[in-house]
Amino acid sequence: MKVTGAQALMKCIREQNVEVVFGFPGGAVIDIYDELLKNEDITHVLVRHEQAAVHAADAYARVKGEVGVALVTSGPGATNTVTGIASAYCDSIPIVVFTGQVPTPLIGNDAFQEVDIVGITRPCTKHNYLVKNPEDLIPTIREAFHVARTGRPGPVLVDLPKDVVAATMNFDEPKPIKMRTYRPTYEPHPGQIEKACKAILKAKKPVIYAGGGVIAANAHEELTELARNLGMPVTMTLMGLGGFPGTDPLSMGMLGMHGTYYSNMAVANSDLLIAVGARFDDRVTGRIDAFAPHAKIIHIDIDPTSISKNVDVDIPIVADCRHALYFINSWFKRKKDFDRDAVVASHQAWHESIKEWKREHPLGYIEETDVIKPQFVVQKLHELTKGDAIITTEVGQNQMWAAQFYHFNHPRAFMTSGGLGVMGYGFPAAIGAQMAARDRTVIDIAGDGSIQMNIQELATARQYKCPVKIAILNNGYLGMVRQWQELFYDKKYAHTGLETAPDFVKLAEAYGAVGLRATKPSEVEPVIKEALATDNIVIMDFVIAREEGVYPMVPAGKATTEMLLV
Amino acid sequence: MKHTISVLLQNKPGVLSRVTGLFSGRGFNIESLSVAQTLETGISCLTLVTSGDDAIVEQITKQLHKLIDVIKVTDMSETEYVEREMVLIRVKAEANTRAEVLRVIDIFRGKVVDVSSKSYAVEVTGTADKIRAVIDILRPIGIQEIIKTGLIAMSRAKKQ
Repeated sequence: MKVTGAQALMKCIREQNVEVVFGFPGGAVIDIYDELLKNEDITHVLVRHEQAAVHAADAYARVKGEVGVALVTSGPGATNTVTGIASAYCDSIPIVVFTGQVPTPLIGNDAFQEVDIVGITRPCTKHNYLVKNPEDLIPTIREAFHVARTGRPGPVLVDLPKDVVAATMNFDEPKPIKMRTYRPTYEPHPGQIEKACKAILKAKKPVIYAGGGVIAANAHEELTELARNLGMPVTMTLMGLGGFPGTDPLSMGMLGMHGTYYSNMAVANSDLLIAVGARFDDRVTGRIDAFAPHAKIIHIDIDPTSISKNVDVDIPIVADCRHALYFINSWFKRKKDFDRDAVVASHQAWHESIKEWKREHPLGYIEETDVIKPQFVVQKLHELTKGDAIITTEVGQNQMWAAQFYHFNHPRAFMTSGGLGVMGYGFPAAIGAQMAARDRTVIDIAGDGSIQMNIQELATARQYKCPVKIAILNNGYLGMVRQWQELFYDKKYAHTGLETAPDFVKLAEAYGAVGLRATKPSEVEPVIKEALATDNIVIMDFVIAREEGVYPMVPAGKATTEMLLV
Repeated sequence: MKHTISVLLQNKPGVLSRVTGLFSGRGFNIESLSVAQTLETGISCLTLVTSGDDAIVEQITKQLHKLIDVIKVTDMSETEYVEREMVLIRVKAEANTRAEVLRVIDIFRGKVVDVSSKSYAVEVTGTADKIRAVIDILRPIGIQEIIKTGLIAMSRAKKQ
């Protein structure tokens, strides 16, 4: 069958189970948009800035467990995607970004809206392609999706010159993709599984340290089985939240810079650390030589480069997390003399220690009656949504309070720009999440600074009837930087005050959304209830304690046991 | 410690910048680099010399392998291998030194590839040490120009 490049693109996108494309048109992709108009089975969401298209595709991918797609034009359309791509790269999120490009004869001539986007995004994509020949178009698109979703997932960019998109070519049915140079390892080495299981049996003070790989691999059930079967406490990274039920007694919440006191103490005192799909990021480890100094470390990761990158590992397991955990669970099932009760009992003293740390320094804050505490808002959001909402965040204090106080019980319900830390991620992500799950409640927990970085997407949310709720924790500051200035820069608040701000209630109304404001603790619950009952976008402007900090906090470069507490 | 790493890769556009970008982006060193086609069409072999402790070199080989266009990465330093560089040297060769230059080149099994009334251009191949030695010896005579290739390496055949 003969098709045009644009038709081939539509067919290939549909092959991938993708129903929604986030994008913004322009001269170089006008043929694709002309074809898109004829394709009723692909919904196009017109964002108001290309960065938002990529964040929305990122969250769409996270909620659905599929590949997200963004489509933009050449030049500035392409460069505007870079932040979104870099964020998806850090967080290992499978997306494919299609960028328009000037026609092949013009490439390299500094044509209008020409930019070497393949060169620009080389270090922040898993892989990228410039399609120069029409006959390469279809195989390249299919390979791009394959690379994005397999192995350690990540963003892939495909640059499409205008003449390639306009050309005609043969369309063949898809065949299984085999690449000579790219074969990720899914199955763990049985010898390593055996070693890991024996180490688990010996451990008296084990801790499971779960990262985003648990979510990416859909390994939450296997992880929960392992933790509960052997009675092992679990701590999670920011990206791992929801990988294990946050309200389970074995959950210690998040670890690291703003992790719980008991998570960090448990890791520091553990004799076995089981890292699953986590990468020993500096925000997790703090001073590296003081991280889990007494522990033997098992590390399960599909990406060999993650293993022994920052911390030496005793038992590396290169595998898909789900497969590896399945084999570990099976090992215990098969082991005839495995005395589960004895193993669980042998951890008893360890659980007592953790309980003691929890008693000493629980996760908390100082409540006040006349001023709204941000943690209280997040707790109320959790309570009133019964913990079932999809939460997105911006970056900074809002992100940490969301991570600490919304106890995620399910995977794929927490979207945050974890690795790159992009302010302006949360709102477009909320739109992407809502497009993937039309019947779910989606809430962007935001700050008054970061919400302004992609506030233009209010129009997008209106146009596509995404009734997302935005909870602005409004302290009139770029709060996280202000907190560092308070603690480490003699309270010199250099350019972190946001005295000039829009009236968020009126701003919401200007876009046809609903604006609500709470200035007292007693107003928090009514505002949230009204927002949740409103079938429209709602901005909830919570005027919070201006100089509230995020605690616990491990100062950068310190050991994780050197925490500043509430 | 120095390591010689051999990388087999698909000769796709931009593949070299993927490799060099990885080194610059992650702060690894490249001391020399040499790349050319293999017998198989579309496949190139890249030999690079880098330095770092074991953990760094382990990261380098893993990161190289992670590149989608890379087929195989071998740290030659872990095996028995032969290595060669080639150098072209233009050395001053006037009446009183012409014979001496030829003698030196003969000792190093090099050859003269260009002649003028005042200089010879000579070609020498060998290990990095040998190339260094010939340069040291010719320097007092008067080296005018040096062009060196990067190092290339090949594993030794397995002995029965």
